[in-house]
Amino acid sequence: MKPLRNFLDRIKPTFSPGGRLSALGSVYEGMESFLFTPRTTSAPACAVHVHDCMDSKRAMIIVVLALMPCFFFGMYNTGYQHWLACGADSLPFFDLMLYGFLVILPRVIVTYLVGLGIEFAVAQMRREEIQEGFLVTGILIPMICPVETPLWMLAVATAFSVIFVKEVFGGTGYNIFNVALVARAFLFFAYPAQMSGDDVFVASDPILGFGPVAADGFTCATPLGQVAASIGVPAPVISIDGTVISRWDAFIGLIPGSFGETSLACILIGAVILLLTGIGSWRIMLSVVIGTLMMGWIANTFATPTYPASYISPLDQFLYGGLAFAAVFMATDPVTACRTNTGKFIYGFLIGVIAVLIRTYNNGYPEGAMLAVLFMNAMASLIDWVVVRSNISRRKARLKSSSVAKP
Amino acid sequence: MKLKINKGLNLRLAGALPGYSSKEVEPVSCAVVPDDFPGFTPKLLVREGDTVLAGSALMYDKFSSDVCLVSPVSGTVKSIVRGERRKILRVVVENDRKHETLTFDTEVPPAELLARSGFFSMFRRRPYDIVPAPDILPRDIFVTAMDTAPLAMPLSARLPEGAQNVLARAVKVLDSLTDGKVYLSIGGEWSFGDIPGAEMVHVSGPHPAGNVGIQIANISPISKGENIWTLDVVTLYKIGLLLETGRPDFSTLVAVVGSEAASPCVISTYMGADMESVTGGLVKDTPCHKRVISGNVLTGTVVSSSDGYLRFPYRQVTVIAEGDDVDEFMGWANLSPSKISISRALPFHGLRRLFSPDARLQGGRRAMIMSGEYDKVMPADIMVEYLLKAILGRNIDDMEALGIYEAAPEDFALCEFVDTSKLPVQQIVRDGLDFLRKELE
Repeated sequence: MKPLRNFLDRIKPTFSPGGRLSALGSVYEGMESFLFTPRTTSAPACAVHVHDCMDSKRAMIIVVLALMPCFFFGMYNTGYQHWLACGADSLPFFDLMLYGFLVILPRVIVTYLVGLGIEFAVAQMRREEIQEGFLVTGILIPMICPVETPLWMLAVATAFSVIFVKEVFGGTGYNIFNVALVARAFLFFAYPAQMSGDDVFVASDPILGFGPVAADGFTCATPLGQVAASIGVPAPVISIDGTVISRWDAFIGLIPGSFGETSLACILIGAVILLLTGIGSWRIMLSVVIGTLMMGWIANTFATPTYPASYISPLDQFLYGGLAFAAVFMATDPVTACRTNTGKFIYGFLIGVIAVLIRTYNNGYPEGAMLAVLFMNAMASLIDWVVVRSNISRRKARLKSSSVAKP
Repeated sequence: MKLKINKGLNLRLAGALPGYSSKEVEPVSCAVVPDDFPGFTPKLLVREGDTVLAGSALMYDKFSSDVCLVSPVSGTVKSIVRGERRKILRVVVENDRKHETLTFDTEVPPAELLARSGFFSMFRRRPYDIVPAPDILPRDIFVTAMDTAPLAMPLSARLPEGAQNVLARAVKVLDSLTDGKVYLSIGGEWSFGDIPGAEMVHVSGPHPAGNVGIQIANISPISKGENIWTLDVVTLYKIGLLLETGRPDFSTLVAVVGSEAASPCVISTYMGADMESVTGGLVKDTPCHKRVISGNVLTGTVVSSSDGYLRFPYRQVTVIAEGDDVDEFMGWANLSPSKISISRALPFHGLRRLFSPDARLQGGRRAMIMSGEYDKVMPADIMVEYLLKAILGRNIDDMEALGIYEAAPEDFALCEFVDTSKLPVQQIVRDGLDFLRKELE
C-alpha cells in the first residue's frame, strides 16, 4: 500500500488550503480517511489514550453488508417478475439476474451521485470531513422504491431528502427522520399517480434491448394492494400469471413489491448479521415483531368485510409488504430511533401496532410500515423525554428524602 | 457491606507487572504541578533559589489559604515555570538527596494539619471533583483501597504489613471531620481486616468498580447541596504516619507498565519525580513513536520522557505506542484479532488474551450516532448521553437534574473508550464541572 500512500501524500498539497484544488479539500480528506485510518491520536490530558477499534465507518459498512442478501435477491426477483409478466416459459437464472442488475444499476448510481454530491458540497461548505452516513442511505433508497420509479424522480426525492431532512439539521447524526424513508414518502405524496397503481412494482420494458417484451397493459398489484382493493373477504393473492402465491413464495420473496423488500428470508439473514454484530438493536426488532403480532391478532380476531386487510393472519403481516424490511433496517436506524433502552421497546412496539393499523383500517394505504416508522421517528424524542424524566424524578425524590432526613 | 458492580470493562493490555517488589530510584528533581489539583488557585510562597525541606509549602490556595502544595523532597527551588498570562505551570525543586523533613505539630486541629502538610490537596471533593475547602465539612468521606484501572498495581500492595493501626488512627481523625461515615472500599486482595471506625465496603466487579465515584453512586449517591470528600487508602496511610510521627512521607511506589515498557516493574521514588529518573532505561528501544503517560491509559496525562515529571496521583507510568507513524490501509474493514474492542462487529478480538493498542482515535470524530453504548460501561444510575448533551448545551437545570453533581471525568473514561463517535467525553465532563462551578459559586 506504500505506492498509494505516497501518491496521496504527493497530491495532498494540491488539496490543502492555498492549493489549486483546495475547494475539494473535504473530498480528498474523505477519501484519505477512507483508505487509511487517520493518524489522529488522543488528546494529551483529560482523555483516554486508547480507543475501541469500532468506528462509524465500520458500523455503516456492516449495515450495507446486511442489506446485500436483499439486494441480490431483489435483482433476481425483478427479473423473475418481468419474465413472468412476459409470459415466458423458462426462467434462466443468469438472464434474470442480469436484467435485475441492469434495472437497479442506474438507480443506485443516480441516488449515490445526487446524495453524495450534496454531501460533498455541504461538507466542503462547512469545512468538515465527509461523513459516511449516505453510504447506507444511498443503497436503501433504490431498494425501497418501486422499480419503475423514473430516475429523475429518484434524483429529486434523494436531493429533497438529503437537503431538507439531513443537512439543514446539521448532517449525519442530527436528522430527526430517516433519510431514506423520507425520500420514499416524498415520492409517495408528490407523485402519487406514478408511485401507486398496478404496474410500477414490475419492470415492464427490456433494458438496452435485453429481456423479453411484455404484452401491453399487464397488471399486477402487490399482495397488499390486491387485498386492499378486494371487496369483502379477500380472495387468495395471485401473481402476475394468475396463479395463487403460496406462503413459501412470499417467504422467499417471489412476489411483486419494492426492489429490496419482498424476501422475508433475505431480510432475516440481514437481521441475523445486524444482531450478531450488535449494530442493530434487538430491542427494537423484537418489539416491532411483538407490536405487529399483537395488533395483527386483534385486527384478525375482529375481522370484518369492511376492512378486507383484517383477514390477513398476524404472521402473514410479515410476508407481504415492507414491514419486515422496515423492522430490520428502518426502525433500527440509531439516529432516528429512541436512544434509551426502555424507549426502544415502546418505539418498536408502536411501529408494529401503527403499521398494522394503517394497513388494516385505511384502505387508501395498502402499506403502513413507511408511515408508521416516520410517525414514530417524530415521537421518538418524546418517548425518550419521558424515560429521561423518570431518571430525573428518581434523583429529585432522593434529594427530597435526604433533605427531610437532615434536620 | 457488599457491593457488586456488574457493568464495566477490564481492558486486557500487555505489559502488566510481574510482581510488586520495588527498586529505589533517587530523582534528580521533583515538580509540583498546580494543574493536577483542580480548584486550587496557586499563590507562590517561594522564589527560585530558596532552600526548602520536604513538607515546606511551595504554594497556597488563594481562596483557602491553609491548603498548601508542599515540596516532596528537600533541596533548592530550581525553577518556577510559567505559561500564558503568568499562570504557574510547575515549581521544580532540585533534590539534595538528604530528605530532611519538616516536623509538624500534631496537636493543631486535624483539618489544619492536613492542609498545611499538603495531604489535603490529595483529597477530592464531589461535586466538581476539586480540592475541597477544609472549612466546609463533608456529608461522608469515601476512601478507596482499590485501583481497578488497566495495568494498575493494587493499592493494598502499596501498604506495608501491619498497616491496620496506622490506618485506624487516620480513620479516627477523618471521622472527626464529618457527621457521616468514613467508608473504606476494599477489593478481594485486601489483607488488613476491618479497620475500626470505618464502614468497610467489599467491592467486586470490573473497572470502574474501584473508582470512588462509582462506589458513592451505588452506596449513597450525592444530591444537590451535598458535599463528599474522597481519597485513596495510600494517602490515608500517610496521614496516619503523619499523625504518629509528625513527619510527612512523600515517597511513592510507581508502577512502570505498558506494551512499550522494556520490563514492567515497580520503582520506589518521590512524588513529582522527574521522568528521566523514573523511566530511565525502562522504555523499549524500538524506533516506533512512544506515548509516555503518567497514570493509566484511561485517565493519565502525557508527559515528556525527557523534561516531564510524575503527575498526581503519582502511582503509575504507562508507556504505549503513539501510532502517528503507522499507515493502516482501510482500517475500518480490518478484522484483525489484534484490534481491541468490545463490539461483536470485530468478532475475533475474543481470541486474543492481551492487546497492545496505540493512541490513535481509530476513526473520525462524529456526532452521536450509535445509542446505548455508554450505558454498557456505566455502573451508576446516570444517563450519560443526556448528561453530555446537557453539558454541551450548557443547560444548568438539565445538568443538575441528570446528576452532574455525581460526576467526575474519570468515571466516564470507559464511555470515552467505547464511543464509536470518538467524542472527548472526559473533557466534556470536566468543562461542564468547571462551567457549573463558575456559574454557581
